[in-house]
This record gives sequence, C-alpha cells and structure tokens, in this order.
Amino acid sequence: MAARQGSLVIVDVDRIKRHGALSVVEGRLLVLLKYIPGLTSAAVANPFLYLIAIGVGVGKLINAHSGGVDGVKYLTFLAPALLSTAAIQNALDEVVFPTLEGFKWNKSFFAINSTPISGRQIANGILIASLVRVTFSVTIYGTIVYLFGGFTSIRGWLAIPTSFAAAAAFGAFIMGIAAWAKNDDSFFMVLGRFVMMPLFLFSGTFYQLSSMPIYLRWIGWLSPLWHTTELGRYLTYGHHISGLMFCVHIGYLVAMFSFGMRFAHRQFEQRLAK
Amino acid sequence: MITDNAVLIAQSRRGRFAESRYSGRAHILLERSLIAFRNSAWLAVLSGFFEPVLYLLSFGYGLGHLIGKIPLQNGHVVSYAMYIAPGLLATSAMNGAIYDSTWNVFFKLKHDRIYQGMLQTSLGPLDVALGEIGWSLLRGFSYAVGFMCVVVPAGLITSWWGILAVPAAVLIAFGFASVGMGITSCFSTFQQMDYINIAMLPMFLFSGSFYPLTVYPGYLQGILKSLPLWQAIAMVRDLTLGIVTWGILWHVLYFVVMASVGVTITTQRLTKLFLR
Amino acid sequence: MANQEVLIEAKQLVKRYGDFTAVNGIDFQVRKGESFGFLGPNGAGKSTTMRIIAATLTRTSGEITILGKDPEKFGPEIKAHLGVVPQTDNLDNALTVEENLYIYGRYFGLSKKFIAPKIDELLDFAQLTEKRSVKVETLSGGMKRRLTIARALVSEPEILMLDEPTTGLDPQARHILWDRLFRLKEQGVTLLITTHYMDEAEQLCDRLMVMDKGSIMAEDSPAGLIKNFSTKEVLEVRFGSDRNADVAPQLKEMCERIEVLPDRILMYADDGEVLLHDLGQKGLHPLTSLVRRSSLEDVFLRLTGRTLVD
Repeated sequence: MAARQGSLVIVDVDRIKRHGALSVVEGRLLVLLKYIPGLTSAAVANPFLYLIAIGVGVGKLINAHSGGVDGVKYLTFLAPALLSTAAIQNALDEVVFPTLEGFKWNKSFFAINSTPISGRQIANGILIASLVRVTFSVTIYGTIVYLFGGFTSIRGWLAIPTSFAAAAAFGAFIMGIAAWAKNDDSFFMVLGRFVMMPLFLFSGTFYQLSSMPIYLRWIGWLSPLWHTTELGRYLTYGHHISGLMFCVHIGYLVAMFSFGMRFAHRQFEQRLAK
Repeated sequence: MITDNAVLIAQSRRGRFAESRYSGRAHILLERSLIAFRNSAWLAVLSGFFEPVLYLLSFGYGLGHLIGKIPLQNGHVVSYAMYIAPGLLATSAMNGAIYDSTWNVFFKLKHDRIYQGMLQTSLGPLDVALGEIGWSLLRGFSYAVGFMCVVVPAGLITSWWGILAVPAAVLIAFGFASVGMGITSCFSTFQQMDYINIAMLPMFLFSGSFYPLTVYPGYLQGILKSLPLWQAIAMVRDLTLGIVTWGILWHVLYFVVMASVGVTITTQRLTKLFLR
Repeated sequence: MANQEVLIEAKQLVKRYGDFTAVNGIDFQVRKGESFGFLGPNGAGKSTTMRIIAATLTRTSGEITILGKDPEKFGPEIKAHLGVVPQTDNLDNALTVEENLYIYGRYFGLSKKFIAPKIDELLDFAQLTEKRSVKVETLSGGMKRRLTIARALVSEPEILMLDEPTTGLDPQARHILWDRLFRLKEQGVTLLITTHYMDEAEQLCDRLMVMDKGSIMAEDSPAGLIKNFSTKEVLEVRFGSDRNADVAPQLKEMCERIEVLPDRILMYADDGEVLLHDLGQKGLHPLTSLVRRSSLEDVFLRLTGRTLVD
C-alpha cells in the first residue's frame, strides 16, 4: 500500500480560504437540482395563479368600481408587489430549511466546518445558493408578468434586480435568526404566520400603504417588501416617488443586507463554536 | 363494567361494533392531543386564529375602498368585508383541519411512529382515525367561535342564521380533516406531501373567497363550484348573510360524504400499515 | 421456575411477502415464566415472528395461539395481554416522560386512579423519577429504552416482548437494562426477546431459538447449544491476511474443526492452551493468538457458516 500523503499536499488550504463558500454553494445546488421539476412548476404556477385570481379576478371588481389603482389597471399595480413577495419567499425557503437542517437535523454544518471552511463561508454559501434560486424563479415570474402586460415599458424589467435586493437583505437577516433559533419545532409556522403573512398583507401589496390607517402603516415602513415594491412600481409603471424616498428605499435595503450579513456571520460562528 | 384489568376491558368489547378495529376509546386521543397542545402546540393553533382576522383587516379594509359593494344572487348588495368574512371563516376551518391532518399526521406516522405505538395497545385503527379527526373538529370549532367574536361586533353578520356558521365550520373541518388524513396515510415521502400544497393554493385562490365566481365564464364556474372549498364558502356565506334555502342541504351532504369517505380510507390504510 | 403451562404455541407458521419468505414454517412453544430468545442475524425472521405474536401482522399460513387465542380473531384482547418494546422506540415526543406512561395506560382503557400510583412505581423501576417532567426528546438512548419498557408494563402484561432491547446502547446502559429485565423475570413475567448479541442471549434467556433465513436452526438452552454444537474452548490465531489461507490445511489436522474468517482462523478444541503449544512445536508462529471459551457466536457459525452481526 502506498504511504499516505500528508493532507496538505492534496488539500489547498489557501484556495479554500478564498473560495470555500463556493463549495457550499455547489453542495446546495446539487440538492436543488434534484428538485428542478418541482421548483420549476412552482415558479411558473405561482405567478399564474396569483395574477389570474387576484390580478384579474379582484382586478375586474376594482377596475369596474374605481377604474384601477394609482392611475393604472389593478394587475399592473399588483404585479411588482407579487414579484417581490415571490423573491423574498423563495429566499426564505432556501435559507431557513438548510440552516435548520445544517445546525440541528443532520448537523451537516459541523461536518463542513471540520474542513478548513469557516462558519462565515457556510453562511455566504447558503445565501448565495438561495439567491441562485431567487434569480431563477424571479426571472420566470417577471416573464409571466410581462406576458400579462404588467410592464408598461422596458424599464419594468429592472424590478427584477430590486426584488432580488430585497430577497438578499431579508434572506441574510432571517438566516441569522434561523441560526440563532434553539427551538425549531414551530420555526416555519412562526415565520410564515407571524412574519411573512403580516408583511404580505400590510406592506401595501394589494393597495397603497397610504390607504391604511396610520397605526398600521408602520408594518410597511419596516417591511423590506414595501420598500422594494415602491421601487418596483416606480420602475414598472412610473409610480411617483420623490428622490429622497428613492434613496430611503435603496438605503433601507442596503442597510438591512449589511446588518443581516453581519448578524448571520456572528450567529453561524457562535453556533459552530458551541 | 368497571375494571382495571386491560384484558377484561378488551374482552368486554366482544361482539360490539367493529370489535377488532374500534375499542370505543377515540376520546383518549383527544386527551393526548390536549396534553400535547398544552405542552407546545398552542402557538401553532393560536396562529390559525389570527390568519383570517389579518386577512379580514387587510382585504376588508384596504380593498373594500377600491371594490365597493358586492351584489348577491338575491339582488341585495353587501360591503366587501361582509362578503369575504364567511369565505375567510370557511378557509380557516379548512386550513386548520388540513394542517393537523396532513403535516402533523405525517410526522406522527413516519417520523415519531406514534400511531404504531397506539396500535400495539388494544386501541384500534378506527379509534385513531376518529380521535385525530375529532381534534381537528375541536380546532375548527374554536376558530369559528374566535372569528365570530371578531366579526359579530364588527357588524359583518346580518342574520341569526349566522350562528349556524359555527357548526358549519365544524362540518367543514370534519370533511377536510378526514380526507386529509386519508390521503396522508397513503403517502410515504415528504415530496409527496407537496402535492397537498399544490392542490391547496389554487383552491384557496379560486373558490370565491375574495370575489364572486361570476367574473369567470360559465364552464369554469361549474368546475370551481365542485371544489370542496367553494362548497364550504357557499354554505357559510348563505348562513352569515341570511340567504338560506333548502339548497344548503346539498352542501351539507357534500361534506358528510367527504367525511365518511375520508374516515373509511384512513381506517383501512392504518390497518394495512400496522396490522397486517 | 418455568412451569409447564404453554402461553404461546406456533405450528408451521409461515409469513410471505410476495416471493420473499420471511418466516418459513416454524414450530415453537413458549412456557409461562420463562425467558425465551430469538437469536439470529438481521433478516432472519425474528421481528416478523414477534409482530405476528403481537397481533400487528397477519400470517400467511400455519397456526399460532397466544393464551389459547388466535391473534387474528382476538387482536385487541391479545394486545392487552402483551407489553411491546419495538426495535425502534416509538415514544410520544410531544409529551413528557410521565405523560407518556399516563396516556399509554389510557390507551388500554385503564382509569386515572389506577394509573397514577402505577406511574410512580414504573418511574422508580426505570430509574427515571428525576426525569419525570422532562420531554422525552431530551432523554439519552438508554433512558428512552427504559421508558419504553416501563411504558409496556403499565397494563401489567403477562408477556413482555422486547425486539433487540439493547441495540445501539453503550455497555453501561446495557447492564442497567439487563438488570431491570432480570428483575421482571424474577417477578414471573414471561419474556420474549430477539437479539443478535450473544452475551445478551446468554445473560437473559433460559431457552434460545436460533433462526436464519426464516427457519429454526436449533433450539435449546444457551449452555446446551454450546455443548451440542461447539467444543469447550476456541483458539483464535492470526497469521496476517496474506498467509491465513496457506496455513489453514495444516491447522485443520491439528484440531476437531476450524473456521477460516477473512481476518483470523478459529480452531476448536477442548484445551486451547495445549493446542497453542502444539502450534509452536510445529514451527507455526501466529502474529497474535487468543484462547477463549466457546460462545453462541461459535454455535451460530457452525450452524450457518456465517457470523451473526454482518
């Protein structure tokens, strides 16, 4: 039998220090590839169903009674909000499940961490992989919105990157929370029913935030969904926002992303060191 | 006969209804669910109460302004909030029942093997099916009562018939829970469980909770009206808006059939899985 | 201690799954108060037989009675006679230790008044009194196993069935468990145990049925099996994986019987030390050698040509 080589000969530690996150991404994408048929059909069915049911169905009542919202047909008004919701939902699904699994269910993060890959790199890898899925789904979503006539100009396609930004910002933050959570029993339920649903319902998704009473508007102000939807509406049909608010929306998402990443890194490193 | 000898207790069932499948102790499963609920499941159950309330607040208030009044088939018009409230009640009864009878059941079946533990005692599969479904009914009942406590003061119920919306919600939960449990007991992987989500979303969106089906062409209306959620919403809406005719009994029958088919499938599947 | 009353009797018992025969026409009797073991590798048909007895599996053909009753006709009644400890714990993770015992008693229809003192007694028996209000999820493997056994006893069963009771437990946890099972045996509970561990079978069982591929290979007390199917002692020798096969023919002539395993050779003789000495005389110097008493493992190897745990 040949003598065993020192592992430093076959393992390039410097390379891992630089690109370790990409190995994590690769691992996640291999898992995702297995679910490609399911992911694709969900990515196509979701926008279709929501646009037909709410955009066309409810839209028919609204267009008949109020002639649309914000000067455009209801579907045009609704589409950017749905696009951003889908982006955020996809990101959450794809960071929460692997994080809970990696720390608690099969403890794979501890295995990865026993290679030279750091906790920070695992966090980056999980988020990047989730954003690959977001890009995939949101591109399909955008195309379907386009087919429904939701973009009034070519500029509308830019709502895809702004939705992506919200997904990255909120995804990073929630990934940190998932790493921090001790009790995974009801994590999905709490996240779905106490976080995602209120955001979905009170972020000016279905009507302008300004038509909510003032004591409910704060949910929208805190919600990445509202900020990205405002940007999306500006881009898709020229919804009016001031220069200041434009900067606020972008600034909020950037701040949330950088805080979220720092938070997630800390939680990952602490949990792995336990 | 009162005894604390397990064998004599089992013997006393000789010659009774379905003696090998039913021990007459389905209520013990309710007792178990209640203990588990006290321990940890209360948050999940509580969240199910908030769901319709939040939808009502968001859609009823926000969209109500944009939509205006909704005309009913009897010529009356009602506010948008009055229109969607029964839909949300029926939907929450469905969601609670489905959540309990699909994901929870799947976990108890495959992951924790709790039913295996139950069926190695003198309990029978029919006890398990009825007990688990019964818990869903209790949940459906409490959601309905909770929701009524919000919508009645808000003036969204205009008829005394509305009180019957509570038992109607229980019947809806019965139908969905038993079919949900029946289907779940046929599944073996998590991937298959996704089929349930796939079926639920379109039903939620297209069963007339948020707008009348009249926005769709006639043939499509016919298909949508055969879905259980449409049946549920139509039944509750007739009651809360006080437009009750004998026709409502068709909806009742629909759910009675659904429930009995579900209970039968569940009992047979549990027998097959654990007793042969 | 065991008297002659037969509790379980099987005749020509068969279970088939399609083309696969899990249990192939076996006959056996279990008497009241004895501790009866099914010994065999994975897939021998032990668990299948146990499940047929527990009325949670129907047989393909043959006869079986438990306390004179057919499990297919009197399922719930037979289950009321039995305490079942399955291979994989199926405790209720949503409940605490105490609640698990309580609700299990309720499943049998027992009253709260009856169960309450029973819980204290069983917690004490399972050495879990301090863990009383803890969720079962947080218990160690050994504690879960003891709780499962305590749970099976809540209905005061005549027969306790244990499917691989100590698989996956550490040595200390196993000894605690054996001690508890031995106490039950002293109290006159009939034990039915499946295992693929020799030491467990020797510790716990009065009578063993060695199974392989659905059939019974032998049936006797542990000591009787060793006496009938093996020598008193065994000499284990290693010559290095390359040489074992070469020296085997030479070794064969020196003792009653040998078994050539991939890593070592087993030589059966009544005196192992003498045999080792003889080897040295012939100029055969193994890399390592070990003299030990014959065990059930050797019996199994003799009967099936295979080791038990593969």
